[in-house]
Amino acid sequence: MVRRPWGRLRRPWAVIAQTFVHAFLICLGVVVIYPLIWMALNGFRTNLEIFGTPFALPVSWSWDNYARAWNEGVRNYLTTSVLVTVASALCTILISAWAAFGLARTRMPGKSLFILVVLGGLMLSPTVAVIPLVQMLRDLGLYNTRWALIVLYTAFRVPFTTFLIRAYMVDLPRELDEAATIDGASEDQLFWRILLPLCRPIIISCVILHVLFAWNEYLFAMVFTGGTELATLPVGLTAIMAKHGTNYGEVFAAMTISALPIILVFFAGQRYFVRGLSEGIGK
Amino acid sequence: MTSAKLAVPPTGAASPARRSSRSTHARSPSGWMSFRWIATSFIVLIWFVYYPIIDNFVVSTTSQDIYTSEVSYVGLANYARLLEDPVVWHSLWNNVLYAGISIVFQVSGAFVLAAIIEDLTSERLRRFWRAIYFVPSAISITVTGLLFYFIYQPGVGLLDAALHMLGLNALIRPWLGDAHTAIYAIIAMSQWQGFGYSVLLFAVAIQKIPREVYDAARIDGAGPLERLWKLTFPFTREMTGLMTIITVTGAFQVFNEVMVMTAGGPNNSSQVLGTWLYQKAFVEDDFGYGAAIAAVVFAVTMLAGAVQLWYTRRRRVHW
Repeated sequence: MVRRPWGRLRRPWAVIAQTFVHAFLICLGVVVIYPLIWMALNGFRTNLEIFGTPFALPVSWSWDNYARAWNEGVRNYLTTSVLVTVASALCTILISAWAAFGLARTRMPGKSLFILVVLGGLMLSPTVAVIPLVQMLRDLGLYNTRWALIVLYTAFRVPFTTFLIRAYMVDLPRELDEAATIDGASEDQLFWRILLPLCRPIIISCVILHVLFAWNEYLFAMVFTGGTELATLPVGLTAIMAKHGTNYGEVFAAMTISALPIILVFFAGQRYFVRGLSEGIGK
Repeated sequence: MTSAKLAVPPTGAASPARRSSRSTHARSPSGWMSFRWIATSFIVLIWFVYYPIIDNFVVSTTSQDIYTSEVSYVGLANYARLLEDPVVWHSLWNNVLYAGISIVFQVSGAFVLAAIIEDLTSERLRRFWRAIYFVPSAISITVTGLLFYFIYQPGVGLLDAALHMLGLNALIRPWLGDAHTAIYAIIAMSQWQGFGYSVLLFAVAIQKIPREVYDAARIDGAGPLERLWKLTFPFTREMTGLMTIITVTGAFQVFNEVMVMTAGGPNNSSQVLGTWLYQKAFVEDDFGYGAAIAAVVFAVTMLAGAVQLWYTRRRRVHW
């Protein structure tokens, strides 16, 4: 059936309305995207160009600013960001999938209490915990290390990730468990060989959501690795800004380099990402 | 039984040899062994999330001498200081502003925009706009904050240049350097960055509404506005509630954008609770006072959480 959103009788009015809607969407799109293009282009421009002609294209497409930004810190910050993001994503997914399995598919006693502990964690924010964590991580010798961020990103993302995976696991048919048990599978085999592979779609969404979080997190990164070579990109960028703030082109280049990977991750995983959101939050 | 077996994917089929020996003991009746599944998450959560938050209240009743780093118990003195600190009240007000403006744009605005996008006929266009508007949300707030720092720069920024082109020279001002406009400039950046995320969530909620409902309404002659208000809105009420809570809790934890764009200035005019906490605890080494500010953030977010719980409970009763 043809979708005819505005009805037959209101044709002329509908055409005007549709045109208006499209014009509005395009204008908004320009407002959203143009600053980002401006940012990437400014990486190719000199201070003189940026000051003099804000809307112009670069005079020459020289990669100098990008190369300088890369060599003067971005490479280190990028390494830390990648390490911290990958490690914390692995830990978070593994720990959350275990917990989700325990809460969704076993006959564990006192389950409702544990569900409360995990879901209660959803409401607790890094801001409230950060001061005691400084003292704690100092005592543990994790202050100014990448481990601090890996541990904290994992701890603070486990509740949300468990919530999403559990919601997905609860809906998988019970007959799977029964059949596997009759076939002699242990709980371990049930988890690793049956349920975990079936949870692949939601796990991919969780990975993308975690990457978005860990790549961009600022408060913990600043408090626990600020001012060191071990800073992640968001914190490193402010350091570059403080050090080379007078060379605008270089700062823009550094910003573009740190934004690019995450935009690519989003576009590559967009389908899964949307599905994850719809499955996790739609409940 | 046969159908149940068929549901098992080939990867999960255990070898028949083990069937006889383990079938009865595969899962212990009491289930105590199952605790190992949640043990790691339980330990990590208690250790790094719950304990620090409880400890925060202990820290908030202490005061640490900067020179001797001696810690002494001061009772509620830090909270008494809070009440008399004008910056705390101003920060709280800025957080409230943040929440209010975000509700207008990131909840109401995003809802209408999502409805408009989902009403487009072409699926490709719908996906295109959702993705385009989402892009700023994928980028870190540090990047977007710095980007807008440059856009707002007096004289050289994109905003002033655009205003100049439009002949609106009278509006040109140092957006982040003016105590009257700094916080609004930051909030504006935040709307630009965050609305695409809300649009995506609302779009997902709208997609779940059965198509037949709309077809029926159309046959009954309901116009687009009527459909928006009488169908889309009630059907996505749950998501609207969730988004409001997320937005409000987020607004009281704001830190990154303010830190990057003004660090609370000029003259503390754009301080929010998060940055004031940072200033007190990590710049002035006043941990006790910082912890007291954190307790305020905790109270507000807990309140929002309680409202959320109450809201979902109520819905379940009515459903």
